[in-house]
Amino acid sequence: MLRFILTRVSLVIPTFLGITFLTFILIRLVPGDPIEVRVGERGIAPERLAQFRHELGLDLPLWRQFLDYVWNVMTGDFGVSLITHNSVLSEFVTLFPATLELALAAMLFATLLGLPAGILAAVKRGSLFDHGVMGISLTGYSMPIFWWGLLLILFFSVGLGWTPVSGRLDLLYYIEPTTGFMLIDTLLVGEYGAFWSALHHLILPTIVLGTVPLAVVARMTRSAMLEVLGEDYIRTAHAKGLSDSRVIGLHALRNALIPVVTVIGLQVGTLLGGAILTETIFSWPGIGKWLIESIGRRDYPALQGGVLLIATSVIAVNLLVDVLYGVLNPRIRHAR
Amino acid sequence: MPLLDIKNLSVEFTTRAGTFRAVDGIDLTVDEGEVVGIVGESGSGKSVTSLAVMGLLGGNGRIIADRMSFAGTDLLTLEPSKRRKITGKDVAMVFQEPMTSLNPCFTVGFQIMETLRVHEGLTGKALRHRAIDLLEQVGIPAPETRLSAFPHQLSGGMNQRVMIAIAIACNPRLLVADEPTTALDVTIQKQILDLLVRLQKERGMALILITHDMGVVAETAQRVAVMYAGQLAETRPVADLFARPRHPYTGALLDALPERALGKRRLPTIPGMVPGIADRPAGCLFSPRCRFATDRCRAERPALLDVDNGRARCFYPLPDGQVAAEGAIQ
Repeated sequence: MLRFILTRVSLVIPTFLGITFLTFILIRLVPGDPIEVRVGERGIAPERLAQFRHELGLDLPLWRQFLDYVWNVMTGDFGVSLITHNSVLSEFVTLFPATLELALAAMLFATLLGLPAGILAAVKRGSLFDHGVMGISLTGYSMPIFWWGLLLILFFSVGLGWTPVSGRLDLLYYIEPTTGFMLIDTLLVGEYGAFWSALHHLILPTIVLGTVPLAVVARMTRSAMLEVLGEDYIRTAHAKGLSDSRVIGLHALRNALIPVVTVIGLQVGTLLGGAILTETIFSWPGIGKWLIESIGRRDYPALQGGVLLIATSVIAVNLLVDVLYGVLNPRIRHAR
Repeated sequence: MPLLDIKNLSVEFTTRAGTFRAVDGIDLTVDEGEVVGIVGESGSGKSVTSLAVMGLLGGNGRIIADRMSFAGTDLLTLEPSKRRKITGKDVAMVFQEPMTSLNPCFTVGFQIMETLRVHEGLTGKALRHRAIDLLEQVGIPAPETRLSAFPHQLSGGMNQRVMIAIAIACNPRLLVADEPTTALDVTIQKQILDLLVRLQKERGMALILITHDMGVVAETAQRVAVMYAGQLAETRPVADLFARPRHPYTGALLDALPERALGKRRLPTIPGMVPGIADRPAGCLFSPRCRFATDRCRAERPALLDVDNGRARCFYPLPDGQVAAEGAIQ
C-alpha cells in the first residue's frame, strides 16, 4: 500500500510542473502587470516603474522568473502577496477552511441526497419517480451556477427573507478561528446563536455548489445500480431468502458504490472550481474569492501559489479515492 | 403427498413483441429424497421453470398455475416475506455460473454465514464453526483460511463448491441445481456432480438436476422430464426412458449421445432449432424437426398421453421396445 501511494505521488510531479507553468504563463498573458494595475490611469514616471519592476524581479527574463519560482516552491516558499505582503501559504491556510467547509457541505448534500435518489430510481426503474429524478438531475446539471445562485438569493433571501444574502456569519458575532470551520468554531466557544447563523449562511451556497455534484451522483448511482441489479449474484442473494432491503442496500449497493466513489472523487475538482463562482456570488471569504481578487490585482505570487495549492488538494483527494477504491473493490486490492 | 407439487405451470414474459410463454403447462412432482432430472435444449424453459419454483423470476415474469405447492404450502398465494423463510432454507438453488453467482465484494465466509445468520440466527463462534464445517463437507481444503478469501481468488470449481455450501447450509429438503457443471472443465464437472450426488444421498434431500447432458441424467436421476419449447415432451423413470424412449424427441436426443453412435461416421443430430416466439408451428411444436410427423402432427397439438410408467406428448409414441435408431434422425 505504501509503495502504491509513493508511486502515485511521484507520478504527480509532471502534473505540478505543468500546472505551475500554465498559471505562470497565463496570468502574464493578461495585459497589465501588478505595478500598472496598482498605478491605474494616473500614470507614473518610467524610471519609477522600472524601479518597482526591478524590486519585484519582473524585469528578469521570463524563463529566469519561472525557474526562480519553481526553485522557491520546491524549497517550500510560495512567495509573498504583492498586495497584503503576507506569505501566500499563510493566506491560503487562513482562507482554505472556509472553502473546505463549503465544499464538504456541498459534497455531503450531494451524496446524502444523490445516493438514495439514484438507488430508488434504479429500483423503481421506469416509474414516475425515476423519470422525475432523472429529469430534475439533468436540469440541475445543465444549470449555470451563477444564474442558479442569483435565482435562489432572489427567491429565498430577498423574497422570503429566510436566508442571508452573503458572508459566513452575522455581523453580530465575532468568532476567533480555531479550526477555521465556522460550524465547529462556534460550537467550540459555545455560541449557539452564532452556530445557527453560520448554518443559515451555509445553506444557499451549499445548495448552489452541490447541485451539479448532486445531479452527477444521482445519475451515476442509478446507472451503476441498474447494472449491478442485473448481475447473477443479486439473483443468488434473492435465492438465499434475503429481504429486498438487504439485497439492495448491501449486496447491490456495495458493488454499485465502486464507480460512484470514483465519480464523487472527480467531482471534488468541479467543486473547487465551482467554489470560485459560488464564493463570488455569496461573498464567501474563501480561496475562490481570494483567487478572483488576485487576478484583478495581478497578484502573481498569490494566484500562482493559490492555484498550485488547490491542485495539490485535488490531487490528494484523487489519491484518497484511489485508496478507497481499493478498499471497496477487493479485486483491485489484491491486484496491487 | 409429494414434496414439490406443480400442476399446469405456465410462465409468461411480456415483451415489446407481445406476450411470450416460456413455460407452457408443465406438471412436475418431486418426492422427498428423489432425484429428478430436467433435460432439454437451450431455450426449452428448464431454467425458467426452476426460477419459478424458487420465486426468482423478477417483476417481468408472470406465473400461472393450477397448483404449485412445497411441503403442503401453497407457493402461489404465499406472501413474499413468508416465501423468503422457505427460499434459501428449505428450498435452495445452485446456479450455472459460479464465477458470477457469488458477490465479488464479500468474502466467501461472509456469504456462507449470511444464510445461516438470516435463517437460523446463528452468531459468533457457532456460526464460524458451521461455515468451516460446510466448506469441509463440500471438499474445500484448508477451510479456515478460505473463509476470508474473495470469490475472485478461487477457481470456478471452488466457487461452485462454495455455492453448494451456501445452498446446503440450512439443510434444505429440496435442492435445485440449474446446470451446475456447464461452466466448468470436464474433470471438475465430474467432481461437482459426484459431490452433489453424495450430498443428496447423505442428507436424503430431494434434488432437481437441470442439464442438457443426457449422460449426467442417466447417472444421477431416478426420474426424467424432457422439455421442449416450454412444454413437457416426456416424463418417465430414468431406466425406462433410456431403454425405451416414447417421444421421438427423446429418442433423437439419445441417439445424439456419442456413446450410442459408436461406429457411425457422423454423430446423429436433430435438424433445425427450437421454435422461437414468432415461429411456433400450429401443430406439435416438435413437428418441423420430427421425422415421423404426419399431417395431423402439423395441424393439431398433441396432449400428454399416458405411456408405460409415464407420459409423452405425441400422437404416435415410438413403439415399445424400439430404440429410436437412425429412423428418428433425418
